[in-house]
Amino acid sequence: MSVNKEKYGKYVEKTAKKSPILKNCVKAFLIGGLICVIGQALMQLYLYLDISKETSKALVSVTLIFITALLTGLGIFDDIAKHAGAGTLVPITGFANSVVSPALDNKSEGFVMGLGAKIFIIAGPVILYGTAASVLYGVIYYICKLFM
Amino acid sequence: MRRASYRKMTITMIIKLKNSPVITCFSCVGGKEERKGPLGDKLDFYDETDRFDKNTWEKAESEMQRRVFNHLLSKRDLKATDVDILIAGDLINQCTSSSYGLLSFDIPYFGIYGACSTAALGLALGGILCDGGYVKRAAVVTSSHFCSAERQFRFPLEYGSQRTPTSQHTATAAGAFFVESSGSGAYIDEVLFGITVDAGIADANNMGAAMAPAAVDTLVKYFRESGTGPESFDLIVTGDLGYEGHRIVTEMMLQLGYDMKNVYNDCGLMLYDRQKQDMHAGASGCGCSAFAMAASILPDIISGKYKNVLFLGSGALLSQASVLQGENIPGVVHLVKLSHREG
Repeated sequence: MSVNKEKYGKYVEKTAKKSPILKNCVKAFLIGGLICVIGQALMQLYLYLDISKETSKALVSVTLIFITALLTGLGIFDDIAKHAGAGTLVPITGFANSVVSPALDNKSEGFVMGLGAKIFIIAGPVILYGTAASVLYGVIYYICKLFM
Repeated sequence: MRRASYRKMTITMIIKLKNSPVITCFSCVGGKEERKGPLGDKLDFYDETDRFDKNTWEKAESEMQRRVFNHLLSKRDLKATDVDILIAGDLINQCTSSSYGLLSFDIPYFGIYGACSTAALGLALGGILCDGGYVKRAAVVTSSHFCSAERQFRFPLEYGSQRTPTSQHTATAAGAFFVESSGSGAYIDEVLFGITVDAGIADANNMGAAMAPAAVDTLVKYFRESGTGPESFDLIVTGDLGYEGHRIVTEMMLQLGYDMKNVYNDCGLMLYDRQKQDMHAGASGCGCSAFAMAASILPDIISGKYKNVLFLGSGALLSQASVLQGENIPGVVHLVKLSHREG
C-alpha cells in the first residue's frame, strides 16, 4: 500500500492525544520549586551549624545528590519524576538520577564493561559539551583580558 | 461504499490451509501489572516481582519462556520428545530470550523475529508446517518483558522521564501454543503474510500510528481477495496497536468503506486498565498478543462464543540505532484466520 507520508504524518499529529502541557508545567513548577525550597532549607541548616558559606553550598548539592541517588536506588525517584517532569530534571536531582539509573541498570553486564562503561550513557553529553563549552569560554575570556 | 477504490489485486496472497491445522492447547504467564489487569485471573501463573527468581531481566524473560512451555507440556501430559518443532521469538537482540529459555528442551528450534507480530507469525508458520504434513505437532512460544525491552529500546528502568500519551507499555508476558495437524481447538483456516509498510512515522513513542497503515493494508488485501468484510467475522483483533493505532485503523478502514466498529478490538487495549494502571496508549510486545490470545480469545473461539476470528499480529520494525539515526519505523502485520468448528 502506498501511504502519503506527509498527509498521514499531519493526520497523526493532528489527531494524536497530546501531553497535558499546562498541567505538566504547573506540576513541574510546584515540585521543582519544592526541591529548591528544600535546598534553601538545607543551606540555612548548614549555616546555622556554623559551616562556612562556601562549604555549605557544596554540602547542599551533595545532600540533594545523595537523596536522589537513594530514591533512585529504592525505585521511588522515577515515580516522582513521572509527575514532576522538568521539575526533577532541571535541578541537580536530574543529573544525579541520570548517572545512578544507568549504573544500576548495567550492573548486570559486570562492573567494568557494564556499570563502568555505561554509567555516563545519559549524562555523558552534558559532561562532554559542558566541559568543552567551559574551555571555550576560558579561551575567550583569556583573549578578552589581553585587550582590556 | 467505496471499496472498489482500493488498488486492484492480481496475485493470490492468502494461503489456505486445507488440512485443518488446529491450535489445541495454550498457556500464558505474566508479571505484576498483567496480573492486576482485566485478564489477570486468567494467567496460568505469574510473578509479583517480575523477576522469576533470576538476577537479570534478560534471564527473567528466558525463564518465563521456559516455564510457560513447561506448563504447556504438563497441560497435555507430553514430553519434549513429543514435539516436532519449536517456533519461538521475542524482542531482545538476536532473540536470546527464546534461545536461552528453550535451550534445555531438545527440540528442533526455529527462531523468528517479527517484532510484536511474532505470535501471529509463529502460529501462521506452525499452521503451514502442520498443514503441509511436515510436522505433526509444533509449539509456538513468544515473550516480552517490560524491563528487558525498556533497557534495550529506551532508558534505564529507574531513569526519571515522562511518557507521552501515545506511548505503550511493553507487556511482561509469555504465551505458548500447540499447533497440531489433527485434534480439536481453534482451527487455522487461512494465513496472509503482510508487507512492510513505511508510513513515515519516526516517533518511537507512537508505534500504534507507525503500524496502523500496515494493518489496514493487510486487512484490505484480505477482504478484497476473500470477498469478505468486517461483517463476516465475530471478532477482528490486532496485536498491539494500542489506543492510537486502534483509532487510526478504525478511521482509515471506514474511509475505505469498511465499518469495523462493532467487531474490532486490539490486544493492547485488553491487558490493562489504562487509566487506573497509568498505561497511556496500552500494551505492546510479543507477549501482549500471545497473552491476550491464550487468556481470552482462543478460549472464546473454542467455546463457540466466536465462530470466525481474524487475528492480526502487528510489528514495529525498529532498533535503538535506527531510531537514533532518524529512520522511519516500518510496520508489518500478519493475518491468521481462526474458526470454531462443532463436534
